[in-house]
Amino acid sequence: MTSWLIRRILLLVPVFLAVSVVIFLILHFIPGDPIDNLLKVGSSPQARAEMEARYGLDRPLPVQYGIWLGKVLHGDLGTAIVARRPVADLIAQALPHSLALGGLALLFSSAMGVMLGVIAALNRDRWPDRLIMGGVLAGSTMPSFWLGLILMLVFSVGLGWFPISGARGWTSLVLPVLTIGLGGTALVARITRVSMIEASARDFVMLLHAKGLSPLRIQLAHVLRHALIPVVTILALRIGWILGGAVTVEVVFARPGLGTLLIKSLSQHDYPVVQACLLMLAMAVMLGTLLGDILQALMDPRVRAAMA
Amino acid sequence: MSTLLQLESVGVSIGTVALLEGISLSVERGQILGLVGESGSGKSLTALAAMGLLPLIGGRITTGQVRFDGQDMAAMTEAQRRALRGRRIGFVTQNPMTALDPVQRIGAQVDIVSRLHLGLSWQAARARTLDLLTQMRIPEPAAVAEAYPHQLSGGMKQRIVIAMALAGDPDLIIADEPTTALDVTVQAQIIQILGQIVRERGAALLLITHDMGVVAQICDRVAVLYAGRLAEEGPVGPIFAAPAHPYTRALIGCIPQEGMAKGSLRGIPGAVPSALAMPSGCRFNPRCPHASAICCETAPSFAPFGAGGVACHHAGVAS
Repeated sequence: MTSWLIRRILLLVPVFLAVSVVIFLILHFIPGDPIDNLLKVGSSPQARAEMEARYGLDRPLPVQYGIWLGKVLHGDLGTAIVARRPVADLIAQALPHSLALGGLALLFSSAMGVMLGVIAALNRDRWPDRLIMGGVLAGSTMPSFWLGLILMLVFSVGLGWFPISGARGWTSLVLPVLTIGLGGTALVARITRVSMIEASARDFVMLLHAKGLSPLRIQLAHVLRHALIPVVTILALRIGWILGGAVTVEVVFARPGLGTLLIKSLSQHDYPVVQACLLMLAMAVMLGTLLGDILQALMDPRVRAAMA
Repeated sequence: MSTLLQLESVGVSIGTVALLEGISLSVERGQILGLVGESGSGKSLTALAAMGLLPLIGGRITTGQVRFDGQDMAAMTEAQRRALRGRRIGFVTQNPMTALDPVQRIGAQVDIVSRLHLGLSWQAARARTLDLLTQMRIPEPAAVAEAYPHQLSGGMKQRIVIAMALAGDPDLIIADEPTTALDVTVQAQIIQILGQIVRERGAALLLITHDMGVVAQICDRVAVLYAGRLAEEGPVGPIFAAPAHPYTRALIGCIPQEGMAKGSLRGIPGAVPSALAMPSGCRFNPRCPHASAICCETAPSFAPFGAGGVACHHAGVAS
């Protein structure tokens, strides 16, 4: 297990390098550059060349990449060209908000999703199942920005329970977490249900019944354990997605966050910030995948055996 | 001898399809009954009916009665039936490769039976488990108890499943083709162990198999199923000496004999009919060498014959 873990982590290095190349290049292929945002209208070509030289944008791409990667590896994310602040500061400001929102939403959707999925599977084709699956269908087809607005209308404007927007205190987290979490809940509930139903048709379940165990115990202690393996994999993959995918919700609720920072700096062609944001998201996805693999190994001895 | 398990003209359906009709069997204490037939003849369904587990596959008993130790199982509550399973009726499944929970250690899977039904503590249950594994001639039982199913061979897993069936100290063991998935050499061992343990404990065994050779080896009586109906039933000796039903005769003819000429091993032409398209009259008539007009019109009733019974218009003819 330990040697597998080391190999698995070492394997992230080439992935990280490949991702960094893509992130670096993709931005330079987009027409326009950050200098456009900095120069006053009507500035001379000399002023432009000076500016380019200051940020190293006049050097060949591979050299720029080398410089950037070297700095990144030393923890220096550079200075934002437009915002004129260290990128690390901008990230450090945005990341906690994204982590709180994404983490809580993931927690909420896992707990609710698994619970609803189990209830639906246990009551397969009866009314609780139909009710939950109906809700899941509604939840997964509803666009999150729209759901956010509706929640805002009901709970902030109508009932006045939570602040409409901003990021002050935990109350401002409730509605955004619900907005993101409900979509995730629908996904997790559906996978849990299908996975439970599939697992209860496995051969060993028949023998558990023949041993005289109660159906509830069989479902919760044996079938659910198997059903959770794919669910955990999906959830781990969502970690990266939740960090960066919350953009629309961040905009609707006017919250700071990695997504908002990314979109803003993208529209300004602020290369260092965009690169750092994308790198964060890519790392979140990579770490999520790693976490998923580790959890899967912990849950299934056959996976552990295959790794040895 | 007291009757432990009795099926009285049991019919079983899944949905609207009738899969078993008029199955009557009884297993006495201390006896081994072999239930034979080709795949699709309804052997496994009979086992599930006896266990009260038909609802798991969407099936139900439509006619007749299943009695365990004199009690009608349909009249019991589900909790009462559950208390029988694992405790008084042990079940050995067909495929040991998939019968065990792949993510739970072997020991825990066996322990649970005696903890649940005999009220043993963890320690006592584990001691019993190790004892059972030893009885099943499993080397290093303590190590095996800590292993996961994927670390064991098929033969080993089948022994575990049998140990599990024995853990509740059952009166009756139902074994559904316990050796089908195993190597021939292991098959003989498993059958021998099973037979020996059943006899030692004075328990009864309903052994489902498609292997007449196994029946001849360890069974006291044999019941032959064909296409969801009982073809013949009786003590093993007389049936093997003089099978009354042409199907039984054909099955016995399928056992390879020593000194047989090359190419003389016979099969039975044709296949078991589908439950959706059963032939009228006797269901064996399309494959039967003795079929006559009446065989295609009326189904033969199951009637006493010798020390057992047979369902054939031409019982015993040309044997």
